[in-house]
Amino acid sequence: MQEWANQLCENRQFGSKMTDSKYFTTTKKGEIFELKAELNSDKKEKKKEAVKKVIASMTVGKDVSALFPDVVNCMQTDNLELKKLVYLYLMNYAKSQPDMAIMAVNTFVKDCEDLNPLIRALAVRTMGCIRVDKITEYLCEPLRKCLKDEDPYVRKTAAVCVAKLHDINAQLVEDQGFLDTLKDLISDSNPMVVANAVAALSEIAESHPNSNLLDLNPQTINKLLTALNECTEWGQIFILDCLANYTPRDDRESQSICERVTPRLSHANSAVVLSAVKVLMKFMEMLPKDLDYYGTLLKKLAPPLVTLLSAEPELQYVALRNINLIVQRRPEILKHEMKVFFVKYNDPIYVKLEKLDIMIRLASQANIAQVLAELKEYATEVDVDFVRKAVRAIGRCAIKVEQSAERCVSTLLDLIQTKVNYVVQEAIVVIKDIFRKYPNKYESVIATLCEHLESLDEPEARAAMIWIVGEYAERIDNADELLESFLEGFHDESTQVQLQLLTAIVKLFLKKPTETQELVQQVLSLATQDSDNPDLRDRGYIYWRLLSTDPVAAKEVVLAEKPLISEETDLIEPTLLEELICHIGTLASVYHKPPSAFVEGSRGVQHKRLAGSAGSGESVESPDTGSAAGVSEAPPAVIPSQGDLLGDLLNLDLTPPTATGPPPAAAPGMQLGAMDLLGGGLDSLMGDESEPLGGDIGGSPAMGAGFGAPPAAMPASFNAPVSGGLDDLFDLGGGVGMTMGSYTPPKTVWLPAMKAKGLEISGVFVRRSGVIQMEMTLSNKAMSVMSDFAIQFNRNSFGLAPAGPLQILTPLSPNQTIEAALPLSTVGPVMKMEPLNNLQVAVKNNIDVFYFSCQYPISMLFLEDGKMERQVFLATWKDIPNENESQFQIKDCHLNSDAASNKLQGSNIFTIAKRTVEGQDMLYQSMKLTNGIWVLAELRVQAGNPNYTISLKCRAPEVSQCVFQNYEAVLKN
Amino acid sequence: MIHSLFLINASGDIFLEKHWKSVVSRSVCDYFFEAQERASEPENVPPVIPTPHHYLISVLRHRIYFVAVIQSEVPPLFVIEFLHRVVDTFQDYFGVCTEAAIKDNVVVVYELLEEMLDNGFPLATESNILKELIKPPTILRTMVNTITGSTNVGEQLPTGQLSVVPWRRTGVKYTNNEAYFDVVEEIDAIIDKSGSTITAEIQGVIDACVKLTGMPDLTLSFMNPRLLDDVSFHPCVRFKRWEAERILSFIPPDGNFRLLSYHVSSQNLVAIPVYVKHNITFREGSSQGRFDLTLGPKQTMGKSVEAVLVSSQLPRGVLNANLNPSQGTYTFDPVTKMLTWDVGKINPQKLPSLKGSMSLQAGASKPDENPTINIQLKIQQMAISGLKVNRLDMYGEKYKPFKGIKYMTKAGKFQVRT
Repeated sequence: MQEWANQLCENRQFGSKMTDSKYFTTTKKGEIFELKAELNSDKKEKKKEAVKKVIASMTVGKDVSALFPDVVNCMQTDNLELKKLVYLYLMNYAKSQPDMAIMAVNTFVKDCEDLNPLIRALAVRTMGCIRVDKITEYLCEPLRKCLKDEDPYVRKTAAVCVAKLHDINAQLVEDQGFLDTLKDLISDSNPMVVANAVAALSEIAESHPNSNLLDLNPQTINKLLTALNECTEWGQIFILDCLANYTPRDDRESQSICERVTPRLSHANSAVVLSAVKVLMKFMEMLPKDLDYYGTLLKKLAPPLVTLLSAEPELQYVALRNINLIVQRRPEILKHEMKVFFVKYNDPIYVKLEKLDIMIRLASQANIAQVLAELKEYATEVDVDFVRKAVRAIGRCAIKVEQSAERCVSTLLDLIQTKVNYVVQEAIVVIKDIFRKYPNKYESVIATLCEHLESLDEPEARAAMIWIVGEYAERIDNADELLESFLEGFHDESTQVQLQLLTAIVKLFLKKPTETQELVQQVLSLATQDSDNPDLRDRGYIYWRLLSTDPVAAKEVVLAEKPLISEETDLIEPTLLEELICHIGTLASVYHKPPSAFVEGSRGVQHKRLAGSAGSGESVESPDTGSAAGVSEAPPAVIPSQGDLLGDLLNLDLTPPTATGPPPAAAPGMQLGAMDLLGGGLDSLMGDESEPLGGDIGGSPAMGAGFGAPPAAMPASFNAPVSGGLDDLFDLGGGVGMTMGSYTPPKTVWLPAMKAKGLEISGVFVRRSGVIQMEMTLSNKAMSVMSDFAIQFNRNSFGLAPAGPLQILTPLSPNQTIEAALPLSTVGPVMKMEPLNNLQVAVKNNIDVFYFSCQYPISMLFLEDGKMERQVFLATWKDIPNENESQFQIKDCHLNSDAASNKLQGSNIFTIAKRTVEGQDMLYQSMKLTNGIWVLAELRVQAGNPNYTISLKCRAPEVSQCVFQNYEAVLKN
Repeated sequence: MIHSLFLINASGDIFLEKHWKSVVSRSVCDYFFEAQERASEPENVPPVIPTPHHYLISVLRHRIYFVAVIQSEVPPLFVIEFLHRVVDTFQDYFGVCTEAAIKDNVVVVYELLEEMLDNGFPLATESNILKELIKPPTILRTMVNTITGSTNVGEQLPTGQLSVVPWRRTGVKYTNNEAYFDVVEEIDAIIDKSGSTITAEIQGVIDACVKLTGMPDLTLSFMNPRLLDDVSFHPCVRFKRWEAERILSFIPPDGNFRLLSYHVSSQNLVAIPVYVKHNITFREGSSQGRFDLTLGPKQTMGKSVEAVLVSSQLPRGVLNANLNPSQGTYTFDPVTKMLTWDVGKINPQKLPSLKGSMSLQAGASKPDENPTINIQLKIQQMAISGLKVNRLDMYGEKYKPFKGIKYMTKAGKFQVRT
């Protein structure tokens, strides 16, 4: 076991570089011995030199913790340098020698009373850095004094110390009332103290998302703005980031804040500049667009952004990632600054790629000639990745700026003539997209393209070329020969190429049926009989049946007119963009991912949105802002009245179990369902076809729209391939096994009586002996009798559906309450929900139909046979890519690892192995969902620390959040 | 906030680590090493690297990677700025920022890092304050310390840290009071094949060395302040006064500091000081190429162009170059394919040229890429934007200081495409 776990551990930290011994070579025994003697020397000078040597060893990673008592003995000295050095040592090693560290407490307490404020501050600062619980208790009194010290230098140091203490023991800080003292410091007379108080509060607030720690009101805002002018550059960053969280009451307040923040744009520190840009970008939303000041502000934003680009490359990179967001939100700011994004040949590659991206975003009719000339220049550079991206950029320009399409195409043709292999391939991929955007315009170049057929060896380029041949088969004389030549090596091609080849040959057949019958037969049999790829087989069968039953319909489907591909691709989704604009300058903005993806553990995140303008003049340009501001964040218990969702639910078949006959709504419901099936089928057919075409210019959602009813609600993330994969997984069969006593949460009210004409439903999900049950309590709080109950679920992530009708046979009289248990199956229709474990339910009775949504604990779906073999676990853990790993923290959990393991087992979370390293227990656990998804977990429990760390790995990382919530619920009850 | 710092040298050894919170294992750097291996050039390592539990934010300066480890959401620019500040401080203290210098002064380095951050929050980053807290090592001081047993840690509360001018220490005394300002401009430009300018911009700075007694209050005015529409100031500059009167008014820090940096963008006319005539060709089918380069002064306002250095990365297929410089010396590194020509001063009467042939691998096809020519140069006593200081006045103190202004123009990223 131990060995196995060790192996796992090593695998996690890849590579052989890992052994710590390489760095922490233990010092030779003699050396330690010598130092010990010197530390105990009577001579001050010798002592100091010895401490210096110890520190030097420590900095290079040598373990000198054995000298702890000897070094601590040197602490009581008047020599400031020696004191500082000992403090340095203490901070490093106190954790490993907590009992020894206690010896130092008295000196600390004494130093906190010293006459010299420098020493007082130093003592309180160092005490906060000693992360030993026993010491923190002694810290409280000195800290309280220091927070009220007469010297601002001590106060500002103490403010940071509160944050340190909070990190070690949050409860203690709250109990001792330090948070209130800290809040008072925001009104301190010294700007440095204010800045540090803000910084400390911001850090503490991160772990208390809902606490009102930084209660921003006009008075505090005013104090912050005053301090902003006078505090250090770093303090300015903290204050600006804090200001960005404030929502001004009206446009006038917005404007006055903007006016006072604008001078920060001229600061030499780029982080100050970017934080100021964030505040301005956010508060600008509130300003009416017709205001003169609005235009002035826009003009003021450009120069500082441009200046950021002349800084060191690392700064440039972060700036460019943020500028990428800014140009998407407000392209007008930088539209005249195209040239600063031109690439210098010795820019680091990460800067080059970002600049290129922004160049395309800024490309317009006015500057396209310049841009194209540049891109052509880049296409002859040395770096292959960069050249490819440059060629692709030319294609994107063609699609974005219609007037330039012709020039772009000729530029691409020039590049094809260079015969550089990867340039040609990239060019063909983008030319395909240009054909999609401007059909029947540039087909004259096909002949040139065909000349390069031989040299294409990348699947994407081959697929693109095949698509072109299929699409324009009637204009290419030897289309059949060309396609046939590809067919020879059919089995060696990638799926992308195979699918494309299949479709292209069917197209060719429909266009020239007489000559190509044999070819189509051949490809259909290759696809359906000789392939074990389900996608390919299914598409083959569909074509086959279409062709054999109704060739006219086949023609209509396969040769349907394709919708034009959209202009601007890879734009960030508007809501995400808004959120990111509120987080300019953060890691989130660098990765273009929502901040929730970065926050570790239970630290919640408040989603930030841009506030719409209060005044008039909000133009069509940002229609989303106004509505977005009003939408509440938490998913409400009752389904939000989004038309599409509701519509979908309305169409559900609500046949009651009693023999009263189907309600009138049933018939159309059925019909619609049937239609939907057909629509969906076509949809997937067309969707499949468009997918390889799409490349990075994916058109599949748009394609779907052309055919029948598209799925009622698209998954919230537009990440088509991922959700596709998920659906595949969801379709895998479920299973049933045995269970032990699992934790059951109390019932919660799902449907309040107010919203349902007197019917109140509360309930809970449980898993008993492998059967998922929805246990409900229905209460009639109305004046009349209720009867004819029926229940139906909307499509959901895991295909939950009632396994039978709702058994409430007796009518429910006023004030009566009835218990009902509804067994559920997991074979219902699947649709990804947001959040994943959301379930939308419709309940009907004789009065009306009511809708509500609830969330089920994901452990309902954990199968009894979810215990993975160790070796399999090990292999799977390695196999799942690291980006699928998510880490969370479970706070305030006081179980030991064995108790936790037992508790989790009750919810079908199985512990496979346990390993103890340095007092930390690591539990390796597995669980399996009804749709066959495995989730692997590593739970770290440290004795005496109520915070657990959990890392989850899963091929469908979307479920991690749910699984984590489930862990938390189980462990805390 | 900033959790830990690792210093890594060019060969990938961690030679110093510092933790401001709990200790983060060195193994976290393996993610950095992975990225380093993937990068083709040392400078191509991405500055932000995610790992499962941390983020690594790094800068590369003086061939040392400064890798900061952070755990929660911290503005990356904040971290990068701080790292640059650490480098500047080391350079300020030890003269150079090299692995050897850091290792020799490891205790001072540790003390500095401890003063610069507290629990990850920046504490004292101004050089004036740091120098009061920790005296820079000098040979003399080390000797005195060993004899008298005194230390290089200041005994006093750094007074400046709390005053309204936190950047200036109090009680400054000089026998010679002097204030020198250097206006240094760098031209960044891309010139295309035909010699026309694609982009050109000027990055300018005014660096100051002020050694004045007491609390002097300086004002600096320009002949043509309208040139400066995109500026970043040292915190000491009174922004309101600049907005209203376009005058720089400030109480300076003691010693060296950057008063101002500015940016003159391409919309304004940027003078290009040199032109390049070039003819670099490869003939299809032959294993020879021709190389012909001539430099000449363009818009220099009569000043001479000095310290000219031309470098160019020749195509990979080039085996060797056999060239003949009319002045200066050239080198060609057959491994990196880097051609460097140290030209020196350009004499307008006799233009420097470098001519000759390049040999290619036998049978290799004509190279696809066109080499870019990089030019470095210096022009003394001129700021190419035309910026001129009008006058410098001092208030608040009685003595008469020595004043001096120097102008210089350099080429920054000055590239000519062929």
